[in-house]
Amino acid sequence: MRDLSAARQGPYIAASPLVRPLPPATRLLLRGDPDVMATALGALGLQFAETACRAVSASGRAALWLGPDERLLLGPQAEFPALSELLRTALAGRAHSLVDVSHRQCALEVSGPQAGLLLNCGCPLDLDPAAFPVDMCTRTVLAKAEVVLWRTAERSFHLEVWRSFVPYVSKVLSLAARELTA
Amino acid sequence: MLLINCPYCGERPELEFVHGGQAHIARPGNPAECSDQQWADYLYRRDNIKGVHAERWRHTHGCGRFFNALRDTTSDLFLATYKVGERPPAQSQQKRATA
Repeated sequence: MRDLSAARQGPYIAASPLVRPLPPATRLLLRGDPDVMATALGALGLQFAETACRAVSASGRAALWLGPDERLLLGPQAEFPALSELLRTALAGRAHSLVDVSHRQCALEVSGPQAGLLLNCGCPLDLDPAAFPVDMCTRTVLAKAEVVLWRTAERSFHLEVWRSFVPYVSKVLSLAARELTA
Repeated sequence: MLLINCPYCGERPELEFVHGGQAHIARPGNPAECSDQQWADYLYRRDNIKGVHAERWRHTHGCGRFFNALRDTTSDLFLATYKVGERPPAQSQQKRATA
């Protein structure tokens, strides 16, 4: 497959010290019933839980709950052939859909004591750690763009943004950050 | 902001949702046996209720799932939300959600 990693990072506009782009990664979108999910997560060495809006992660791999039958699987970029082969073997003969979306979206990290406040400038969710604890993840809206938001630590968020929305999202965040630091 | 209780994700801001029209409309079992009028009614005719209305909603910018909701069209108050396939909760048992 053609390597689009450079193009993927291209549209990003350097925003603020609170926001930084994360390196390219392997992203797979898996859909199927709970059995399929349990098998897939087991094959990846991740713990399976049906809890809504929760992410599980271990040794650089992560599975984000996006819907009752939908998980976003993340891993290091170099592991793409290994991960997809692993899943293909584990799920052979079972009804599921596994789509490579590695190049569809970019990851941004928003971190710092004001990370939640910064995201709240465009995202109406309650981002208090009590309401949105560590490892909670969800698809939501940030200003006018759809994003996947995952709290990786109390003061750090992982953001999955569709590639063409990256300039917009980074601009919104940089403007909001200027407001916060003013 | 109006909060809508998604049966899968919990309370979420209304921005994440899309309205999907009237709920509980069954497709005729055998369209070939329908008269033109019956088929047109199924396709196009919808209730226009002033009061509690059963509607489909989709949590588009969230879990992506369709669900049903009972909403008061005069006050925009969501009385209940429930999964597709479930029966609407009896109105006397409805908890008055905060809007």
